Amino acid sequence: MSDTIVSLPDQSTARIPKVNFITKENGLLSWLLTGDHKRIAILYMISITFFFFIGGAMAGLIRLELLTPQSDLMATDTYNKVFTMHGIIMIFFFLVPSVPATLGNFLIPLMIGAKDLALPKINLLSWYLYVAGGILAIYTMATGGVDTGWTFTVPLSTHYVNTNVLTTGLAVFIAGFSSIFTGLNFIVTIHKMRCPGMTWFRMPLFCWAHYAASILMVLGTPVLAITIVLVALERTIHIGVFDPATGGDPILFQHLFWFYSHPAVYIMILPGFGVISETISTFSRKRVFGYTAVAFSSVAIAVFGFFVWAHHMFIMGISNYSMLVFSLLTMLVAVPSAIKIFNWTFTLFKGSITFETPMLYTFGFIGLFTIGGLTGVFLGAAGTDIHLTETYFIVAHFHFVMVGGMLMAFLAGIHFWWPKMTGRMYPEKISQLAAVVTFIGFNLTFFPQFILGTLGMPRRYGAYPPEFQVLNVFSTAGATILGVGYLLPILYLTWSLKYGEIAGNNPWQATGLEWQIQSPPLTENFAVTPIMDHEAYDYEWLENQKEKEVASVG
Amino acid sequence: MSDSTAIAHATPNDPHAGGHEAHPAYLRHHFENTEQQADAAGFAMWIFLLTEVMFFGGLFTAYLIYRNWYYPAFVAASHQLDIFWGTLNTAVLITSSFTMAMGVWFAEIRKQSGLVLCLVLTFILGLGFLGIKTVEYKEKIEKHHVPGFHYSLQSFLDPDSDAEAKAAGDKPLPLDMARHTEVYFSLYFAMTGMHALHMIIGIAILGYMIFRARAGAYTTGHVTFVENFGLYWHFVDIIWIFLFPLLYLISRHPNI
Repeated sequence: MSDTIVSLPDQSTARIPKVNFITKENGLLSWLLTGDHKRIAILYMISITFFFFIGGAMAGLIRLELLTPQSDLMATDTYNKVFTMHGIIMIFFFLVPSVPATLGNFLIPLMIGAKDLALPKINLLSWYLYVAGGILAIYTMATGGVDTGWTFTVPLSTHYVNTNVLTTGLAVFIAGFSSIFTGLNFIVTIHKMRCPGMTWFRMPLFCWAHYAASILMVLGTPVLAITIVLVALERTIHIGVFDPATGGDPILFQHLFWFYSHPAVYIMILPGFGVISETISTFSRKRVFGYTAVAFSSVAIAVFGFFVWAHHMFIMGISNYSMLVFSLLTMLVAVPSAIKIFNWTFTLFKGSITFETPMLYTFGFIGLFTIGGLTGVFLGAAGTDIHLTETYFIVAHFHFVMVGGMLMAFLAGIHFWWPKMTGRMYPEKISQLAAVVTFIGFNLTFFPQFILGTLGMPRRYGAYPPEFQVLNVFSTAGATILGVGYLLPILYLTWSLKYGEIAGNNPWQATGLEWQIQSPPLTENFAVTPIMDHEAYDYEWLENQKEKEVASVG
Repeated sequence: MSDSTAIAHATPNDPHAGGHEAHPAYLRHHFENTEQQADAAGFAMWIFLLTEVMFFGGLFTAYLIYRNWYYPAFVAASHQLDIFWGTLNTAVLITSSFTMAMGVWFAEIRKQSGLVLCLVLTFILGLGFLGIKTVEYKEKIEKHHVPGFHYSLQSFLDPDSDAEAKAAGDKPLPLDMARHTEVYFSLYFAMTGMHALHMIIGIAILGYMIFRARAGAYTTGHVTFVENFGLYWHFVDIIWIFLFPLLYLISRHPNI
């Protein structure tokens, strides 16, 4: 048995197909005015990477400041601005669009056998809105920043701070529309554009996960929009909806804000789940165990996700009964997430597992997400939450889920579909190294923060008591390693654009429709509309296809 | 919203341009047929309206909570709204929905003059609505009922000094409760303001559509754009149908 499933065409004769979506038209305008979902995905990928590194630089500054107990690298209000911008950029300009807008955009039409997303112009518009929002956010940063934390807590954001709340709010508002349009496009496409034979239960789980995330984008984001509008009105013309002086209630802001922002964490993680379903099946050569359960668990997460928001508010003065109910509902969300983890693990059972880079990231995801998810149960239980909330425990928890989970899934996906997107393989050895470095760096950065949190170190301060320094030094050292882990892919993926091996149609021997066409694909994706005549992840069907090909060529 | 002005996808050397049976020029390249295209666009519009429901939903939630908390203040404050202008505006808006629906029908039967007439009427009625709204806003500004630094509690502390409050038979509110009328007006301006913003966007799109309809764009059988805009216009109308009773008609019955 070989230790890899990679099967590349003979490198001496293989060529990248002359006609593909990248070479079809040339010039900057052909990209900026494109309606092609694959090109828009590439545009998104470039801009998202850009914002990721800005957000990452902010994270670096935060960790550097926390190297010593005194607040000595920057003034305390600068520190507030840095962590606020880190949060805003990473959440609204990286995590929310990361997998859906790049991989989802690229792959959903390919996976369901469509020529494009249903609304190509809306798709392009969503990218422009994203860029406009992003530029506004950077402008905000350059002209004084904002220091409310990414949560825009009132009355701090409406009455007290003197920073760029309005422009930042506008940036998030605009980016929100970009997210709504992406979600709307996916829902319409998945409903109306599936090729003949592509029933709901033949779709790859990637599409199910994106469908569920899209529902959240479409239903949640407008509530954030109206919340931001109310904050803006309160700041500018002093209406009193959240202002206690007139009888308004700041808690209402929290309810409205978290009604979006809790589902938003599922917007961020669900597409990651989709990626993991694909990689785990491909690299263990088995159909995902319990396909239907995994598909419905995505939808269940989307539904439950809307009923747990108040667990962010246990210390904000909601009633004991709300605490009880929301605590219980929060525990319920653990069920569909656990269904996924168990099913993936069962998929591995007796599979022919190989350890290519996407699979390494996938293993990283499963381990880190499980830790992140289980510490979420600590926080969902109202009693322990009161001790742990607003400490580094919560910071570690959501970084395990978002960075350890989503970012790992994003990198798994980028590596997995890189050959499809570019036609070339990434270099295997160094990328395996990057995956391991990321995993080590990540654990070193964020695991000490769990301990810091239980010891009582509060979040959002630039200074801390000296006894916490050892663990903070660990964390900062880990962040350095993590930084290397993220820089490496940028370097070797760029390198591979020119020097990578030619990938051929299906380097992983995967079963999805996207792997049955040339890489990079044609602008219209499929020369003839495909007909789906088998279940998803049917490796026997793939073997038969190969035999048929050999027979017809021979 | 797909439009017939779509960038032509099929270029002469496009392998896909030939080989198909003839299809109408407005069929976008990635759809199999016009039904699929219209179906997808309509479905997208309904989902967009769903996001709008969620958008206004936040405001309605806030309204319902505060109305429960500060019921006397909300009753007294709602008496300050002019029921005549409100009713007239409701009538104007419903009529505009009717002309819009007629417009969609004219587009479907490919009657250009009828379509243009209906769009122009809708346009005018929309502007009429905004005009009446301005009259109402002006009155609020004059009476210092706009929340903020200049907000005045006069009408609620001393209803006899205020014609409208007196006519409604309001009792003076204690200072604590009277202050909460500012929450009512905050919501009044936020809700009607957001509604008016949607009207303005709608009217702008109507202007564009009149221009395009005169060139014959929507009477070739491709009515998706008109149809979807119609959905939007009716939606904005329905929002008002909820706003009107919540803001104007609440507790208009005498002496309770």
